[in-house]
Amino acid sequence: MIPLSWYLILSGILFTIGVIGVLTRRNAIVIFMCIELMLNAVNLAFVTFSRQLNSMDGQIFVFFIMTVAAAEAAVGLAIIVALFRNKGSVNVDDMNLMKW
Amino acid sequence: MLEGLVFIVMGLIAIVCAICVVFQKNPIYSAVFLIQTMVSLAVLYVLLHAEFIAAIQVMVYAGAIMVLFVFVIMLLNLSSGDVEGGKDKLILQKTSAIILGLILFAVIGVVTVKTVLHGTQGEYTPEYISRIGNTQLVGKLLFTDYVFPFEIASILLFAAVLGAIILAKKEIKE
Repeated sequence: MIPLSWYLILSGILFTIGVIGVLTRRNAIVIFMCIELMLNAVNLAFVTFSRQLNSMDGQIFVFFIMTVAAAEAAVGLAIIVALFRNKGSVNVDDMNLMKW
Repeated sequence: MLEGLVFIVMGLIAIVCAICVVFQKNPIYSAVFLIQTMVSLAVLYVLLHAEFIAAIQVMVYAGAIMVLFVFVIMLLNLSSGDVEGGKDKLILQKTSAIILGLILFAVIGVVTVKTVLHGTQGEYTPEYISRIGNTQLVGKLLFTDYVFPFEIASILLFAAVLGAIILAKKEIKE
């Protein structure tokens, strides 16, 4: 039996890698993929807690997170396609219309 | 013993592939490595007795969502040089991002290790789940206790489909 805190540490490592990706990359699509990575890390934590507490609620939550992630991916990628059509680039540094 | 070995191998694959997602220049390679990360997470879900979640992880995440990503990458036809080639607009952006990330991980690690996690134990022990079946239990809960969020999720997906079509469709000039 593996200690369940190992799963939480793994989840923390994956979340941190996702955060570093969002902070360092410029390509909007890769930033989006890093957000998916962070969502996956949170899902792992949810399933771990569900196992630890002998409860199914965590798994139901992961089900709903996946639904929201699918909706978010569809809308987000449509926004990226629209941005590329208007600006000709997916570099987030080029998108500064709302910058003060 | 075997369980620990599987955990270590799959955890290492997940971490290495996640690092590759961040540091690959070409977005299509990032997508492939992200698929590998998701598949190894699915194996970990099986170790945690969440078989249904593992199955939909492979089908929905690695299948549907990542295919959408790969479609968009191919649609936009980006070459690897054009996006990341420019100079840093913020000074020391990469270094400070990595330092802040390590601090974040230290905080997460300390909280995880130091905190003793208590909670009321539920009724779904692994023996109970394996007697009835994980998928059947998830289905039963979805259509009894969680039926309202389930219906809301269908409305959310409908709204997302409409939003994606409206955002991505070409403007037709009159």
